[in-house]
Amino acid sequence: MNPENGIAQSLPDDTPVDLEGAFRDSRIQDVLDQLDRELIGLKPVKTRIREIAALLLVDRLRSGLGLSSGAPSLHMSFTGNSGTGKTTVAMRMAEILHRLGYVRNGHMVAVTRDDLVGQYIGHTAPKTKEVLKKAMGGVLFIDEAYYLYRTENERDYGQEAIEILLQVMENQREDLVVILAGYKDRMEEFFRSNPGMSSRIAHHLEFPDYSEQELLAIAKLMLQQQQYHFSAPAEKAFQDYILKRMHMPRFANARSIRNAIDRARLRQANRLFASNRAKLTKKDLITIEAEDILASRVFNDGVPDDKNAVKQTSAD
Amino acid sequence: MGGPGAGTIKGKERYKAGVIPYKTMGYWEPSYTPKDTDLIALFRVTPQDGVDPEEAAAAVAGESSTATWTVVWTDRLTACEHYRAKAYRIDPVPNSPGQYFAYIAYDLDLFEPGSIANLTASIIGNVFGFKPLKALRLEDMRMPVAYLKTFDGPPTGIVVERERLDKFGRPLLGATTKPKLGLSGKNYGRVVYEALKGGLDFVKDDENINSQPFMHWRDRYLYCMEAVNRASAETGEVKGHYLNITAATMEDMYERAAFAKELGSCIVMIDLVIGYTAIQSISKWARKNDMILHLHRAGHATYTRQKAHGVSFRVICKWMRMAGVDHIHAGTVVGKLEGDPNMVQGYYNVLREPHNDVDLQRGIFFEQDWVGLRKVMPVASGGIHAGQMHQLIHYLGEDVVLQFGGGTIGHPMGVQAGATANRVALEAIIQARNEGKDIWNEGAQILETAAKACAPLKAALEVWKDITFNYASTDTADFMPTPTVSV
Amino acid sequence: MRITQGTFSFLPDFSDAEIRAQVAYCLKSRWAVSVEFTDDPHPRNFYWEMWGMPMFDIKDAAGIMYEIDQCRKAYPNHYIRVNAFDSTRGWETVRLSFIVNRPKHEPGFQVLRQEGPGRSIRYTLHSYATDKPKGGRYQEP
Repeated sequence: MNPENGIAQSLPDDTPVDLEGAFRDSRIQDVLDQLDRELIGLKPVKTRIREIAALLLVDRLRSGLGLSSGAPSLHMSFTGNSGTGKTTVAMRMAEILHRLGYVRNGHMVAVTRDDLVGQYIGHTAPKTKEVLKKAMGGVLFIDEAYYLYRTENERDYGQEAIEILLQVMENQREDLVVILAGYKDRMEEFFRSNPGMSSRIAHHLEFPDYSEQELLAIAKLMLQQQQYHFSAPAEKAFQDYILKRMHMPRFANARSIRNAIDRARLRQANRLFASNRAKLTKKDLITIEAEDILASRVFNDGVPDDKNAVKQTSAD
Repeated sequence: MGGPGAGTIKGKERYKAGVIPYKTMGYWEPSYTPKDTDLIALFRVTPQDGVDPEEAAAAVAGESSTATWTVVWTDRLTACEHYRAKAYRIDPVPNSPGQYFAYIAYDLDLFEPGSIANLTASIIGNVFGFKPLKALRLEDMRMPVAYLKTFDGPPTGIVVERERLDKFGRPLLGATTKPKLGLSGKNYGRVVYEALKGGLDFVKDDENINSQPFMHWRDRYLYCMEAVNRASAETGEVKGHYLNITAATMEDMYERAAFAKELGSCIVMIDLVIGYTAIQSISKWARKNDMILHLHRAGHATYTRQKAHGVSFRVICKWMRMAGVDHIHAGTVVGKLEGDPNMVQGYYNVLREPHNDVDLQRGIFFEQDWVGLRKVMPVASGGIHAGQMHQLIHYLGEDVVLQFGGGTIGHPMGVQAGATANRVALEAIIQARNEGKDIWNEGAQILETAAKACAPLKAALEVWKDITFNYASTDTADFMPTPTVSV
Repeated sequence: MRITQGTFSFLPDFSDAEIRAQVAYCLKSRWAVSVEFTDDPHPRNFYWEMWGMPMFDIKDAAGIMYEIDQCRKAYPNHYIRVNAFDSTRGWETVRLSFIVNRPKHEPGFQVLRQEGPGRSIRYTLHSYATDKPKGGRYQEP
């Protein structure tokens, strides 16, 4: 019998609680605002984050009155394609959890399989434990988590890392929150093969691909941050570019947009160089023109113009 | 004589026989910018009535370098401008009409490398009895890096001392054997054993325990080392007793030091009164023989205590860091001996910091880089007891030796209990400080709580709870931040 | 007997919460924390065995408490201490060191006196524990 329940039951039902005050004191609105500013779109994700925050805040209030529902499970999985904002959101999540008092520090440690798994017997456990020690008090973000589990190779040591992770995720929930990330179908397969892991994940967040309007907005935001802007024809050209590129293979959402912007800047610089150099103004320096976009192979050859658009990892 | 504002007389006129004011002889140079290699001295000057401050400052500069009371032609056989000290700046002392701060720069060539005796003979050897000054105090000095590098500095230093003792993260604890005089060697050793076993790290000889009819030095050393080693075995800790090797001659001192080493002591002590040359000699010996060197500042208060006249203790601290001692008594703030909190913190900073910033509130007038001269462990000794532990740590930090002579030996339950009370109080305050508690305000409560599990501490707090030494300090800061009045 | 090495040895043995608070202080001061153990507590024995490397870049005490627990499980009857290393210029040494585990029975030390000329004596301490070989030093009495 939980002694705290005794106290809780003795409080009358009309005991007032200050949810507004708790929300204000936690200052998580600042983090939610920052998320809104930094990341275009992602409406379902942002909604989900707000929901989780509400749950945790109410949970805090309840435990303040002695009403316990046990330590909440906070481990999450983020699924989606490359360049859809998973790493950024994980960092903001760490901040939110910290402000709500669920992790002691607010830092995030981002790793992939190679950081956790060793190359020979006895190498994995210390490697995994080192990573865990550094992440304690914060969030451990494991990108392309499914690579931990390679059924085809019996000499693979990933299973050992998974065992250790499962232990910590179950027994040290107040010390560490784990977020697994990767492509949706592969993560689903990973969870099917590892029911233990699946059962420890409390929240699954899906990161949808960006729409073409969102991608254009991302491009304009990136340009603005670097103090450039599109001319009207350039903007139209870029819209066309997006429409073509997003249906080609190895499209990496925001990362592909960034690469495209970088190439446009390169072409702009060379165009200015080849032009009448003595008569340039500041406007020339900050404007991207249509020709800087239209020179892309996406238009001329109908192939993707970034050989390395998709990095080995799926997160952005 | 030249009127006020008369500048330096140049050319052949300067060396015509006769008497001219110091400020025209080249000792007052307001446009001079001190070089990085100059030594700078700051004097607090109180001129006699009718003597203007520039003349007084120039006189101090002159008489501490090349001048004499009349012009001498032999000056012209030298590059005399190079050797003249230059007073370059004068500020009135706040709230003290008739007193001035005079900044004087000395060229590096004036000084023998690595010699405190020469430094002091130069700066303070001639000037303090000078008639045109009512009073004079050497307030602070800036040592150039080039000069500091000619000194070896402390033979051990705080870091190495801690590593040798294997004691980290807390102040060290000591006590002076009491009564000051009269115990026989064997009885003396008993006090040392009890105090060390009870929990102190060190016990020490008093400054005037050398070798007297009631106890010869050899007997003291023999009994003390027996006590030190027994206590070390009882506790598993490295323990020590500062064996006082002060004697009439250097030869005697070396003989005593050698015996201390033979018996396996880790530390010896000397008194300031042996003189700067002897201190440097013993410092060298200590380095060669892996010995920690403790300095008792015997006699300093004759010239450091009065604000208007003498040498400030912070200058003594600087000289002693250069000469090379590992411990120096530097004040307690809350004990029975003189020490304003700001001034004492200034001394501690000069001894312990690798670099001092200007801090007028604490009396540090110059930025000083100590270029790797090791840190000196300050010693707080005199009228302190366990009930003040939180105040001591608040003011003095953790790199200090806290000495509770009467506070250990005068404990109602005995010397061991006295030592234990101090050690428990110390560790409890350090634990609380590390946990983030406010030891200044909660210290008394923390000690009460610790005393519940420690009867000796309980008794100590009872016996001494009302003891404080509150007198107005004679040497306080000239520069205190004053709150501004909002309009 | 009870050896009183380490910063807090005159206080009652620390609870895990108290140890954690001190470790948190070390992490806040940006010191690297390490765990060491020994069965030879002679005061001149500075080199206890290292339980793993000093832990750099750790943000939370949980990881270190884990290592302390593991060391206690492996060597329940040894002395175990926690050290904090400060790498800043002018220090570059240990800043805090305290014992977190002791053998149940500590036999202590013997003073050995070698008598010399006159009344002079050369002292040395002998640790009773080392009468037995390593590995069997702190059995239950």
